[in-house]
Amino acid sequence: MGLPDAPGDLSSEVEVDAFRRLFPLRFYERHLTESIRPDARPLGRARDTTIALGAVASADGSALAKIGSTTMLAAIKMEVMTPSLELLDEGCIAIDFHMPPICSPIVRPGRPAEAVPVVSKQLSDTISRHGHYMLTYGSSGMINLKELSLVSGKAAWMAYLDIYCLDADGALFDAALLSAVAAFSHSPDLLENCPCLAVQIPAVSLNDDGKIVVVSEENGRKLDEDSVNKEKRKLTLKSIPFSLTCILHKNYILADPTAEEESIMETLVTVVLDSASQLVSLYKPGGPVLAYTSAVQDCVALTRQRVKELQKILDEANSGIEVD
Amino acid sequence: MEAERIDGRTANQLRPLACSHNILNRAHGSASWSQGDTKVLAAVYGPKAGTKKNENPEKACIEIIWKPKTGQIGKLEKEYEMILKRTLQSICVLTINPNTTTSVIVQVVNDDGAVSFMVKNLSHNSVVSGGFGLLYKDNQGSNPSTPNFKKDGGFILPPPCAALVDAGIPLKHLAVAICCCLTESEYVMLDPTKLEEQKMKAFAYLVFPNSILSVLPEGALKVKGEPMEHGIITSVTQGAMSVDNYLNCLERGRAASTKMSAFLRRSLQPQIPGDSSKAE
Repeated sequence: MGLPDAPGDLSSEVEVDAFRRLFPLRFYERHLTESIRPDARPLGRARDTTIALGAVASADGSALAKIGSTTMLAAIKMEVMTPSLELLDEGCIAIDFHMPPICSPIVRPGRPAEAVPVVSKQLSDTISRHGHYMLTYGSSGMINLKELSLVSGKAAWMAYLDIYCLDADGALFDAALLSAVAAFSHSPDLLENCPCLAVQIPAVSLNDDGKIVVVSEENGRKLDEDSVNKEKRKLTLKSIPFSLTCILHKNYILADPTAEEESIMETLVTVVLDSASQLVSLYKPGGPVLAYTSAVQDCVALTRQRVKELQKILDEANSGIEVD
Repeated sequence: MEAERIDGRTANQLRPLACSHNILNRAHGSASWSQGDTKVLAAVYGPKAGTKKNENPEKACIEIIWKPKTGQIGKLEKEYEMILKRTLQSICVLTINPNTTTSVIVQVVNDDGAVSFMVKNLSHNSVVSGGFGLLYKDNQGSNPSTPNFKKDGGFILPPPCAALVDAGIPLKHLAVAICCCLTESEYVMLDPTKLEEQKMKAFAYLVFPNSILSVLPEGALKVKGEPMEHGIITSVTQGAMSVDNYLNCLERGRAASTKMSAFLRRSLQPQIPGDSSKAE
């Protein structure tokens, strides 16, 4: 345990647990003065992160991401649709974030958790381009929607991205973003400068009625001749966003909080940086502690480090799939 | 590199602000705020007994209801409600009335850009003025750590703050909200209208605490060498920008927030009777 003056016998162990429940803030502050947290992590370190690609076999792209205990499952299904009249040569990405009751005792069926619309909106801001203002300046989102277009004005891909939270233990947005990025990047050949994401875009062809149909794999050779999109089977991801949530408490900055830490110390800051070091988002939704410039810069520095770690983990996961 | 704005403002100029209090007579506190063509109305009811299910009963709870001008309530409104709730919770002194709920209802009357921010200023205002048992401090002597610090914060997170001020809910300080946007030529502009919003590369919405007029010496109020009003209460960004641009926006935002604070202080001024206590 982190308390240096706690003797090892049973009676004081019981006391420590009771103390943790009754006075959680003091319990944590006692640890913070020693620059450590109850799970023995130093303040700036994130929990162990793993990514498993291809978790859902029937989906066009999927990934299971775990940061500590927080688990998120992301899956992508592609469907052909007619593009909207205003954006004729663009596809669409529909992002849905779910928190089923399995993830946490606070979430009950029928009543969506408070975090759901917030994480959902943050994800859609980060992943897909939206709003008129993005049109002119190119996407600040990860995916260029023009690549999802098949026949301009008539057909385009709609990608349904569903993210399920299986275990909510703090830092939900970080894990959700990581699983979404991993699901999109389920790719056999990951080039260094231009990460290609091959969500497996199905082969399609134009049938006699002028409709686009998915050509099934059994037709073998015929596939490539007829398919409308035989050249465009991969999505390019421009710059991959990664995020880190930090808690600000007095003078301390704790990276990657657990659910317990989030409930006690309420000031969260989420920084999303992409691999080109652009700040995609700095989200601080109120909270009792004010963020001064020094705190903002510290959070950004911690996030930069985390981006490198996550990039490495993602590359390893992708190359693992390749070998198979 | 001076970008020409449609309505002739300079990059750092805010739209004309107008604020009024106590406009709804059933609500415990209310305020209306307009910035150019954007207009928002906020009302405050409370404190009412009891807190919601998952809230901490040892503290007061704030409930926000956001009503857009048109359309149904969706994720966007829920997100605004959450951000506003957290921001206002950091401003109000929650330990004074434990186990109570204060409701803040915000109605967007006209949306011409920068709505979410105005909304904050407004509800703040209505909480502070109006309502029951107001004790106004003297113009000069407001020690921000005193629980009954009501007036003389002049911070006004637009409408909700104004409404909170109007209702007499105790606040630590007020807050001011600013919207900064970044054009494609890396130029920072403040307070965009809806038309300008559509052409911007990135935005940052920032909320700062109000500047304090205090009898305490300057040094006592600084945290880590920066005056208290430089801290950010809330920040929401959209679109990608470099970290330096963001810090640049913070600087501009701070400068503008001092101007807004001054406006708020002035607009609350006539509400206060000459003496300290009101005999109602």
